[in-house]
Amino acid sequence: MQGLEVRHLSMSFGGIHAVRDVSFEVPAGSIFSIIGPNGAGKTTIFNLLTRVATPSGGEVLFDGTNLLGLRQNQIARRGIARTFQNLELFQDATVVENVLAGRHINFSTSIWQEALGVAETRRQEDANRAEADRIVDYLGLRRFRDTPIAYLPYGICKIVELGRALAVKPRLLLLDEPAAGLNATETQRMAHWIRDINTSLNVTVVLIEHDMRLVEEVSHRVLAMESGRVLTVGEPQEVQRHPEVIAAYLGGVIA
Amino acid sequence: MVAQNTAPASRRSGQMLLLAVVAVLAAAGLPFLINSFFVGVVTSVLIWTIIGLGMVVLLGYSGQVSIGHSAFLAIGAYGHALLIGAGVPFFLSVPIVVAACLAVGALIALPSLRFSGVYLAMATLAFAFIVEAVIGDLDITGGRGGMPVPREKLFGYSLTQTNVLFYATLVLLVGTFLIARNLVRSRTGRAWASLRDSEVAAASMGVGIARYKTYAFAFSAATTALAGTLLAHKVGYLSPDGFTIQQSIEMLILVVIGGMGSLAGAFYGAAFLIILPILLSIVKDKVPSGMGELPGLEAGIFGAALIIFILFQPKGIDGAIRAVLARLKNGTGAGRDDHAGA
Ligand SMILES: Nc1ncnc2c1ncn2[C@@H]1O[C@H](COP(=O)(O)OP(=O)(O)O)[C@@H](O)[C@H]1O
Ligand SMILES: [Mg+2]
Repeated sequence: MQGLEVRHLSMSFGGIHAVRDVSFEVPAGSIFSIIGPNGAGKTTIFNLLTRVATPSGGEVLFDGTNLLGLRQNQIARRGIARTFQNLELFQDATVVENVLAGRHINFSTSIWQEALGVAETRRQEDANRAEADRIVDYLGLRRFRDTPIAYLPYGICKIVELGRALAVKPRLLLLDEPAAGLNATETQRMAHWIRDINTSLNVTVVLIEHDMRLVEEVSHRVLAMESGRVLTVGEPQEVQRHPEVIAAYLGGVIA
Repeated sequence: MVAQNTAPASRRSGQMLLLAVVAVLAAAGLPFLINSFFVGVVTSVLIWTIIGLGMVVLLGYSGQVSIGHSAFLAIGAYGHALLIGAGVPFFLSVPIVVAACLAVGALIALPSLRFSGVYLAMATLAFAFIVEAVIGDLDITGGRGGMPVPREKLFGYSLTQTNVLFYATLVLLVGTFLIARNLVRSRTGRAWASLRDSEVAAASMGVGIARYKTYAFAFSAATTALAGTLLAHKVGYLSPDGFTIQQSIEMLILVVIGGMGSLAGAFYGAAFLIILPILLSIVKDKVPSGMGELPGLEAGIFGAALIIFILFQPKGIDGAIRAVLARLKNGTGAGRDDHAGA
């Protein structure tokens, strides 16, 4: 199958079962959301998919390849990029340098060619800088292009992290709470980027999100989980009306 | 569009290049302007700048700490002295020694990096003790008594001449600087800076953490060995006491005080490290006897300087100079290219 297949994925930290027997499928070209209260195990699923953590059991296939046989730094080369719940940007670097850092695997020069600064190194550097600039422009970040991350408001940083992940040129994009901490306007803009990345750039998206308006607006399918277990998977509206989902959130984010 | 967008950066690097060329030309004229004692001092500064370039890459860019680089200084100096003693010419000996330390550096770094950064610091320390013990014990190195560095000629000029060693050092420093500059401006430099700031983010972009840490470590091992070959000619006589943990610590002092935000910090730190003891020895002659004889005065002053810098000027002399320049330019964001753009 083209897309992402997760089967019976499990993991525990000491005694805590962070993820228990989770299965779902994300067809290529779709937008899939994972919702659930804090501590449900959503971020852990991303960490398992990207090999930051190793599951105690289960299978993960992307376009038919078993991801669990790979190392953390081989995931990007398989066409998968991600963002982080707590921003992991490079603070001293400017916006465009952060995006350029995301181009890492799109270079084919050897370290010797780079050390000697041969023409091929310069050619690839120029090409990748041009691509980074295109991404900066695409996300409307031109104004902040040369501003160091440390000087930017949080909402802009979230978009920069999206840009850095896009720079990898992924076929699958994993977004961990892209709208957390954003105001209504910024959230609207984020929804626009997610849809546009999906439709114009043809990237499959899995997002973890608390903002139900955003989830409803962009997702084709939604998975709700609690305490590491899947409660239900389905259409956004269907999932939101599911009694167990309502119970899980009671007094919580969407109460 | 590309050309337009990259114009400011290339203009800035054009200015930098011009400045560097002027500096090198000025340096090349030095032997005609100052006496040979000062030429010798400047040579020491340049040799330690070569070490500093490796340390800025290792500590500043890749965020790793080594407390055993004296071992590479020793291998560079002794290896080179033994090779030229065996009749290998300077031109061949230097690359052999440098390549060997590149390989040894990689061999030490790779296995320890698969675990964690702490192991690397331990491994380097252990390696330094082993190297120190071995050179103190072998017959060919003269054991604890040491060995004289064989006389060697370059283009027919003896390297025992102050000016000849100065020019050889200047040329090798320029070469090392250009390679370091190319690396930190390339995707390798960005990979170093990104794994320093966030390993998990760097790995998610496809950066092999252990691989790039190893590159940085091997590069610094090689530059330190290169400095060792030049140091051998500078001191003329090698003994194990010149290659102890004290030298490793001086290398750390160099980058902390010089500043590890850019390659220029290597030069500032080296100048500080070499010139301060000379100033102290001059002052010692002036103060009433007894004061100047205080044991550990020099180490104490270095220690105090280190603490002052860490507390009040963590970006070192380089950071202070950049801050002043940025203020002169009225805060236009100059001096902010210290991430991967040095
Ligand atoms: N590195 C870790 N060590 C120990 N426990 C962890 C770790 N990461 C997550 N957990 C635990 O696993 C559970 C799931 O966490 P997480 O996946 O971050 O939840 P979510 O992203 O849904 O808020 C929580 O109980 C959390 O405390
Ligand atoms: Mg989370």
